[in-house]
Amino acid sequence: MQTTTLIWLIPLFPVLAFALIVLFTNRVNWLSHTIAVGAAFISWLLSMIVFFRALGVENLGRNPFEDSIPWFPVGDTWFHIGVLIDPLSAAVLFFVAWTVLMIFIYSVGYHNYGQPKGDHDHKGLPPHGATVDEHGHKHVVLSIEPMYSRFFAFIGLFAFGMYLLVVSDNLLTLFVGWEIMGLCSYLLIGFWFAKPSARDAAVKAFMTTRIGDVFMLLGISLLYYQTGTLTYREIFTEETLHRLATTPSGFLTFSVAGLIGLLLFIGTIGKSAQFPLHVWLPDAMEGPTPVSAMIHAATMVSAGVYAVARMFPLTSLDPQTMQIIAFIGGFTAIFAATIAVAQNDIKRVLAYSTISQLGFMIAALGVGAYVAAVFHLITHAFFKALLFLGSGSVIHGMEHGVLHTGDHKVDPQDMFNMGGLRKKMPITFWTFLIGGLALSGFPLLTAGFWSKDEIFAEAFGHGHIFVFLTLAAAAFLTAFYTMRQITLTFLGKPRTQEAEHAQETPWTMTTPLIILSVFAVSYGWAGISEHFPLLGGLLPNWVHEFVGSTLLEMPEAVEFSWIPLLTSLVVALGGLTLGYFVYRNVNSPAEDRLQIPLLKNKYYFDEAYNFLFVKPAYWFAENVVYKFMDQKVIDGVLHLFGPGTFSIGYAIRNYFDLPVINRGIGDGSYKATWWVMKIVRPIQTGRVQQYLLFALATFAIVGVALYFWLA
Amino acid sequence: MVPLSWYLIFAAALFSIGLFGVLARRNAVAILLGIELMLNAVNINLAAFWRYGDVLNMTGQVFAIIVFAVAAAEVSVGLALVISVYRRRNTVVADEIDMMKW
Repeated sequence: MQTTTLIWLIPLFPVLAFALIVLFTNRVNWLSHTIAVGAAFISWLLSMIVFFRALGVENLGRNPFEDSIPWFPVGDTWFHIGVLIDPLSAAVLFFVAWTVLMIFIYSVGYHNYGQPKGDHDHKGLPPHGATVDEHGHKHVVLSIEPMYSRFFAFIGLFAFGMYLLVVSDNLLTLFVGWEIMGLCSYLLIGFWFAKPSARDAAVKAFMTTRIGDVFMLLGISLLYYQTGTLTYREIFTEETLHRLATTPSGFLTFSVAGLIGLLLFIGTIGKSAQFPLHVWLPDAMEGPTPVSAMIHAATMVSAGVYAVARMFPLTSLDPQTMQIIAFIGGFTAIFAATIAVAQNDIKRVLAYSTISQLGFMIAALGVGAYVAAVFHLITHAFFKALLFLGSGSVIHGMEHGVLHTGDHKVDPQDMFNMGGLRKKMPITFWTFLIGGLALSGFPLLTAGFWSKDEIFAEAFGHGHIFVFLTLAAAAFLTAFYTMRQITLTFLGKPRTQEAEHAQETPWTMTTPLIILSVFAVSYGWAGISEHFPLLGGLLPNWVHEFVGSTLLEMPEAVEFSWIPLLTSLVVALGGLTLGYFVYRNVNSPAEDRLQIPLLKNKYYFDEAYNFLFVKPAYWFAENVVYKFMDQKVIDGVLHLFGPGTFSIGYAIRNYFDLPVINRGIGDGSYKATWWVMKIVRPIQTGRVQQYLLFALATFAIVGVALYFWLA
Repeated sequence: MVPLSWYLIFAAALFSIGLFGVLARRNAVAILLGIELMLNAVNINLAAFWRYGDVLNMTGQVFAIIVFAVAAAEVSVGLALVISVYRRRNTVVADEIDMMKW
């Protein structure tokens, strides 16, 4: 089949799966997950075919796979939508396809497929476990998720949104995919909707990202207003870019290109959870873990970075916008990393680490390190999906322990309740270790090292010393909290009975971990800089060649310098070592000296937003909208209308309806008939001869009259 | 040949006798007889006009025959009604059969 046809088909299957599951198979669990995983597999297969065909194309950046159809008429022209696979989207498609498929498979195990129904499970609550009678004695095992099919329907729709976003050739369908993911993230974070915390987190995520989305839509509108098109390839021509870069926008000193870039970037701030709209992401951990992996590692947050990378040719025209992007990215990286140090929930650490790593990518884009940012985006997607799925596996194992002891007060996500899981869950441990080392940038072996090193080299090489130092500090903290997490979770001795009884998870969960850990290591080898000492040039720097060719001008590889490389080595190894030695013997939060209230409470951002925005919004809703507007103004007007209409109706009834219609026309016609009857009645005698006589007389009179008048 | 006017005068006389019978007789059977007389007066007119008009055109004769048929039917229905009324009310006096009033 033609490659463009295949690209069109990629997003189709997950959405078909969504429709099928919702409409037909939602009561049949095995059918639902077969359809969903099958659809993800087909999309994966198509993506791989497209990816490898894309590899074979000479200079894909100049001659991408593209195809478009007219969608709707605008004035004299048509708005076109279509698909586009250029090096950037091919690279993104590759990791999206892999992580999505892995997460789909993992979800089967995570939601306890094959386990019995829970004793008292409710829809909207996590499963509580089921009592089974085995070998003559009862014990409690994990129970299947009550809304099993629904989960697969939602992630199907979610995968559709992500694939649509990646393959689309214009900003509008990108935005459609973007919003579909926003909806799905709402649905999935609030998947256990009977938990108030999950419900609140879902609303928070939706509202927060919405703020960004509104600005993004403004940016898209401005772009369309300025250029009359939203198709990337039509915008990224030299004359259009030149015109956008030289037209002042009237907003401060931004050019139009800069303003559009800034507005689109605000969308990314919301979607990729950058400061100051980062608050939703940690709360989003309320959702099931595959969702956390899917939304907060592999796909949705990546979509924000992807959007900035996609619009890079436009955004990079305005140095002010680039500075803002670099600043936000760098600040978010260090800011989130400091919070992650003091979190005790295994998933929350990863959530803040995700925010921090996304900050790395954004900062890289801000300093113009396009290739490095995309490289880190891809490697991060792999190792962060791996870490999240690994943490889900840990939680799952801990839940097993909780069911074994029956003590439901123990939080299976609190790292201080774990410890020593290395022996209990070996596959999870080793894969988590690989993911953690990749995240910390463990030298030479892991993918995270190569991509992060690239970012350091670019930031240093382009003279952004401040960004470089910030990122270096963030990287140090990253390595530190990662080791803290690994130490607390897996090393040492079990700190609770629950950890003692934790158990390795089923193959559906461990297989994705193993596959992802392969990528978390090997993907880095695809992007080793030629200038790297000893190793450089052994393998071709595929990432730079391939992804770099997306841009009109191939970016230059920066000169090698020992400073960023040494920094990278020192922060990674130093952070890991320090993390291990500090937390080797820490057994409770009280012994942890970094449990600073300021960090523990995330710099009080939730409280501040609550005070600044949420409370005023409630106050406004209660006092202005409800008490004043609704009760006084609207109800007042209604209360005026009520009696007014009543008196009009009363007048019509009494002065028109009753006298004229009822008495005049109604009664009058009856009376007139009665009166005529009174007059005519006497001649109706019933005697036939009399009638004849009348007839004769009439005949005679008429005859005589006619005779005289007509003659 | 006898002039046409004779026939017409005769028919008119016959019609008047019939009309008088209808209006003046009290017996319902007699009223029916009066109607018959009037119909036959018409027939005489039809026949006379035919004979003194276009002889080849048979319309008058045919019309007269149709009137016979109608008269026969009418009188049979009429007599049946009279008998029915007599059975119910034991009278054939037209003035006494006056149920059809308000």
